[in-house]
Amino acid sequence: MTETLLANAKVPANELPGLLFPALLDTLIMVGIVMAIVVAVGVPLGALVHNLAPGGLFENPALHTTLSWIISIGRSLPFLILMASIMPFTRFITGTNIGIAAAVVPMSLAGIAFFTRIVENSLRSVPPAVVQVARASGGSRLQIIRTAQLSEAVPSIIGGLTINIIAMIEYSAIAGTIGAGGIGYVAVTYGYQRFDQGVMLATIVILVVTVAAVQLIGDALVRLTTPHRRLRSGAVRPLRRRNSPVASLAPGAAAV
Amino acid sequence: MGHDRSAGQVFDQPGVNPPDPELVVIAKVFPRNPFWEHSPVIELTNLTKAYGHGDQRTVVLDKVTFSVDAGEILAVVGPSGAGKSTLAQCINLLTPPTSGSVVVNGEDLTTLSARKLRVARRRIGTVFQSAGLLERRTAAENVALPLEYLGVTAAEARKRVAELLDRVGLAQHAGHYPFQLSGGQRQRVGIARALALRPSVLLSDEATAGLDPTTTDSVVDLLRELRDDLNLSIVFITHEMDTVLKIADSVARLDHGSIAESGRLVDLLTDPDSSLGSELRPQRVDAEPAAGQQIWRVVYDAPDVPADWVGRASQDLGIPLSVLGASVQLVAGVSVGGFTLGIPAQLGDRVRDVLGRYGLAASTDESDSLAVELNSELEGVA
Repeated sequence: MTETLLANAKVPANELPGLLFPALLDTLIMVGIVMAIVVAVGVPLGALVHNLAPGGLFENPALHTTLSWIISIGRSLPFLILMASIMPFTRFITGTNIGIAAAVVPMSLAGIAFFTRIVENSLRSVPPAVVQVARASGGSRLQIIRTAQLSEAVPSIIGGLTINIIAMIEYSAIAGTIGAGGIGYVAVTYGYQRFDQGVMLATIVILVVTVAAVQLIGDALVRLTTPHRRLRSGAVRPLRRRNSPVASLAPGAAAV
Repeated sequence: MGHDRSAGQVFDQPGVNPPDPELVVIAKVFPRNPFWEHSPVIELTNLTKAYGHGDQRTVVLDKVTFSVDAGEILAVVGPSGAGKSTLAQCINLLTPPTSGSVVVNGEDLTTLSARKLRVARRRIGTVFQSAGLLERRTAAENVALPLEYLGVTAAEARKRVAELLDRVGLAQHAGHYPFQLSGGQRQRVGIARALALRPSVLLSDEATAGLDPTTTDSVVDLLRELRDDLNLSIVFITHEMDTVLKIADSVARLDHGSIAESGRLVDLLTDPDSSLGSELRPQRVDAEPAAGQQIWRVVYDAPDVPADWVGRASQDLGIPLSVLGASVQLVAGVSVGGFTLGIPAQLGDRVRDVLGRYGLAASTDESDSLAVELNSELEGVA
């Protein structure tokens, strides 16, 4: 009897797209909104934390330690617990406890803490000599952060952004458990609670494909923003053409 | 911003003016003209930098004082850990000194507020070790960096960048990224960037470190040319003694944070008592003297040593001089260097007198040790 009930509960294959694609769209909207907030807050915050540290452009150990602690607390809570613990705050901001709006708040908080660390780490890998050059060239602190620090770290930040987006897709699935909608919600309600293996398998495939696509686009952007990778991979080759064989034989010719 | 600025307004700020062409001509025709000798463009007075407090206080720079005139190249040499990098950072005020002053074009930079300092710093162009280029910008975009910070319009910046790249011989490489340039080319981009705002002082912090000898020579030649054309004052910080011979007018040796010895390069090289002079003279391995010969070390002591002195001195002494080792070269139009001679021991002090006539300072190893003893006795008396 149980078996018949479960069999009846299964979603027929021809109804799968109608169930999954709106869910995927929800996930993408959720992650998109969250990532916009994360980048808008995380980049300046990461640059701030990096430059408050000893040797930074506005060194301030006390403020650096405080900010760093707050970020570490945000990073240390498992997402499910963070989400549950800030529910009153979420309701205060969005007026609701369920749905995409409610999921965006905890996801953004977790994402900002994550991304701030990624930006900070990327900026740390920019050689300090470059900042000295920018200072000696008469740059203001904001100019230096923009042109010497962030600009030089762009490929590394994009690499980190890729990791962050994938983490957010994962978080959106967890947020699905509080009725946020999206692929995660479908996987939990159909695949897990109703034992619908077909839906479960379909959501897994969709998630794998989405994550792979994000990674692929991220890698391509990293290559595009790193001159020596872009020009060596042969994707863009104006320089190769400009350098006739004769020119490349000249002493000190570019190592293309 | 800055769209209504004309080229003249941007560059004709006090202190960053291009030198008066007429004066440049005068300086070239009369390089030892007193007018130039006594117009320091950059002056360091008692510059001191210390880290920490109390027992942990370490003095990295101790009352460093020197000045560089318009069109002069001063080389600051010293071993690693002597404080050369700190000195460079204090000169362009990237690190504030603990005390002392850095005066450029008559203005004391150490008293300026952070905002004014940022403007004043434009009078000093800095060339860094291994160039320090932004890897995601082309050569042209790297040179444009200081212009961009200043707010120069794009069209104007493009014009100036083309000029600068052409000046350093990289017009063909404007669109190349740093990874496509050789070490020497990267450094040329660094030099062009340092000159973008028409500074009156160029600070070179180990700019030739890590370059091969040929590339070092080409960078040195470029710096000397730029000095001549733009009447730049150059502070050239390096640990390479042979590069100093090629570039410097004056030399100062930094040791344990203070200037141990300084002077005009030619004077130091022709001074047999100068330890910096002997460090600057090429080091060589001499042959062994024949039996009965005494080793004499001879240093060019005057600007007018005749080129044929070996033959003439042999005649005067009545014996042929054996040359065991020699290194002589032209520095700033003056022959400098030293010889190691093997001379029969019985000639004694006559050798010193005869060689002295030709402007040479001669000493034996024994007379050296004698002088040392005499000195220590004198010190004991004092």
